[in-house]
Amino acid sequence: MSVFRTTIPAPPQDEPMVQLLAPDGTRTPHDELDPVLAHLTGEDLRGFYRDMVMIRAADLEATALQRQGQLGLWASALGQEGAQIGIGHASRPQDYFVPTYREHGVAWARGIEPMTLLEMFRGISHCGWDPHELRTHPYMIVLGAQTPHAVGYAMGIQRDGAVGTGDVETDTAVLALFGDGTSSEGEVSESFTFAASFQAPVVFYTQNNQWAISVPTSVQSRVPLAQRSRGWGIPSVRVDGNDVLACLAVGRIALDAARAGEGPRFIEALTYRMAAHTTSDDPTRYRPRAEEEEWAAKDPIARLRLHLAQSDEIDEAFTTACDEEGHELAMRLHHHIHAMPDPDPRELFEHVYAEPHPLVAEERAAYDDYLAQFEDEAQDQEGVR
Amino acid sequence: MTTIVTVRLTDPGEGLTEAEITDLKVAVGDTVAINQMICEVETAKSAVELPSHVGGTVVAVHVAVGDEVEVGAALIDIDTDGGAPEPDPSAREAAAEVAPAPVEATEEQPAAPKQDDEPKNLVGYGSRPAAARRRRRHTAQESDEQQVPLDRVLAKPPVRKLARDLGIALADVLATGPGGTVTREDVMAAQQRAISGTSAAPAPAGEYFPDESPQAPADLGASMKSTRDQAFPGVTSDERTTRVPIRSVRKRTAEAMVSSAFTAPHVTVFNEIDMTATMDLVARLKASREWKDVHVSPLAVVAKALLVAIRRNPEVNASWDEEAQEIVYKHFVNLGIAAATPRGLIVPNIKDAHLLTLRELAEAISDLARTARAGRTPLGATREGTITITNFGVFGIDSGTPILNPGESVILGMGAVKEKPWIVDGQIVPRKVAQLALSFDHRLIDGALGSELLRDVSQVLEHPEMGLVWG
Repeated sequence: MSVFRTTIPAPPQDEPMVQLLAPDGTRTPHDELDPVLAHLTGEDLRGFYRDMVMIRAADLEATALQRQGQLGLWASALGQEGAQIGIGHASRPQDYFVPTYREHGVAWARGIEPMTLLEMFRGISHCGWDPHELRTHPYMIVLGAQTPHAVGYAMGIQRDGAVGTGDVETDTAVLALFGDGTSSEGEVSESFTFAASFQAPVVFYTQNNQWAISVPTSVQSRVPLAQRSRGWGIPSVRVDGNDVLACLAVGRIALDAARAGEGPRFIEALTYRMAAHTTSDDPTRYRPRAEEEEWAAKDPIARLRLHLAQSDEIDEAFTTACDEEGHELAMRLHHHIHAMPDPDPRELFEHVYAEPHPLVAEERAAYDDYLAQFEDEAQDQEGVR
Repeated sequence: MTTIVTVRLTDPGEGLTEAEITDLKVAVGDTVAINQMICEVETAKSAVELPSHVGGTVVAVHVAVGDEVEVGAALIDIDTDGGAPEPDPSAREAAAEVAPAPVEATEEQPAAPKQDDEPKNLVGYGSRPAAARRRRRHTAQESDEQQVPLDRVLAKPPVRKLARDLGIALADVLATGPGGTVTREDVMAAQQRAISGTSAAPAPAGEYFPDESPQAPADLGASMKSTRDQAFPGVTSDERTTRVPIRSVRKRTAEAMVSSAFTAPHVTVFNEIDMTATMDLVARLKASREWKDVHVSPLAVVAKALLVAIRRNPEVNASWDEEAQEIVYKHFVNLGIAAATPRGLIVPNIKDAHLLTLRELAEAISDLARTARAGRTPLGATREGTITITNFGVFGIDSGTPILNPGESVILGMGAVKEKPWIVDGQIVPRKVAQLALSFDHRLIDGALGSELLRDVSQVLEHPEMGLVWG
């Protein structure tokens, strides 16, 4: 045996994956996770189902709106609803979330209106919600930036003494959200280092949707992503990301550990990006169709519906009502976005500084002059409308 | 009362300006619901289904399959009064296969074959581009085994544009690309056949390859394998070829060359000249202290000679304005220098080169070459050129037939300067000799004028003092 060792024990698919709901809806008992979910009622489970249906309806509507010229871009989270609704409900209100731009289910679970997400993709706001009030950072387009921000925030929480006090209202954890592609960024490795060294109350949550635009995870990592953090001494788990219950359970355990002062945790939620990377992408150019079909059969919503139907927690009236409610949400988004006026371009200059600033004032004045050139044109257009 | 809403083509990607209609899913009289797919378009990036933003009755269809449409153009008109209700969720769920039961779009343009064997889709797969592309690929695979349907020729938009530019009907082109698509080479081959008078008639139904196409063996269609299913495109499955998408500089070069070659009738005249005096001048300048910071090359002298010759023949510095039916004579020279860069061929130009001294010209040329090689040429530097020099001599080549930079009327090609036997005063002596090749647009420059220009350039290069006389 060589003096050189590797942590590669077996092919990546051999990393054990925690799963509570099989694709056919069968519920597997689990000694460690079941107690975490013991308090869940049928009402709670129906709520998770409704959440996933609603966010998928909003997601599809957003894609249609982009095609209708109403959004500049849309990054669909289709297929990742289980991973997102699960982790979203695993948190406590005081926990702080640091998202990418594909966390629509997480945002929903944190109480963020889908409309505010669409406004960002329409290019009229940077972040439509109050990050402090909803304890959710603005969507970050720059990938890799999530983890250092999250770890820094977590280290701040440590300095505030809001970790390991035993008071459920006080103890706080931070959740860093990122994808499999981002896990290749240097910031993630550096964040692992700091989180481990300082035992910061942070949970790293990777939705491994298997495609970093056109690059598959197998190209990006020689080991299952879940194994990566173990080299830093960060305990980790691979969970079935299309299983909302498993995601919820491992998320709770990890966040509880972080809040209790036991240091960081890493969760790889194995899921699948069913749609394109964004509306500008065409996955059929690089992704085998057989793979898409394989994952379509593991759909997180269908899975929970099967499970709930088997245990008589839902009936057709309920699923129909959910579909109708999702449709109403979609139509609300549709009509609201189509009726939305263009903002005054001068709004660009607001929110740069809290106080008046001479340079901004000067630039704003110059921009006013520039806009004045078009006023006649604008009036003409008004007339046409 | 009726309210007519026009559904227009929106930018289906980021910054796209046009798209081609590849499928129409509605016809006049149809009832459509909000978000129902009305057509499929293909852009340079992807194939996309477009959902209607309103519901109602289709009262007009402004486009047909095969049309290339600008962003903002009207696609269909919908009467939104008394029209369709909003779609019910169950219809929406299966949008990909239910709604667009392919409608006979127009009588001449039957819709694409219906794909009955699509797998059952999950909720709302319909509005994804993937759904569209998937069906489309399937069509292509089918046509491997069958014939290319004559009513639906498969080709990429740039190829369609090329065919249109060349006046070639795509349906008449023999398709040899993957999945029965028409490639750029196919269009060029059809053009060749058209020029040589060979029949370019459509293949009769049931006969994929007509007899007169020796380049295409009879079983090519069957042996052709689509590379679309491979995770990494590029090298084809048999590893015998690599396919690289045509884009960026290569694409622009190709478009410029095709548009120039097929709009301006080119004539090229050649002259072999004794460059010895010019080379001596270059050597003297190099040695002089005043020029020690300047990279002086024979090209700078050639540029100066051309500018002097243009001054004597200003009619050559002109362009053909087809639209206005006017010839535009320029009172300035923006001198283009063709540069081979790592990203491909570009032609930045020196603005108002006619005002520059030889030294300023030499500096401008080396600046421009450095910027181009670094890939930092600003877009503006390649615009509004009036005349161009291409220096194929740097590749050790004697001569060539340069193609005009589009919008210009003259291009001067400079060959390699080589020592050759030359006759001076009845004696064979070694001299430094080079060939000049001058292509011009014969619509506005007659042979006499073009020849005069080349002769004047030659005179200055053989006898640089003529620059003093004429310059």
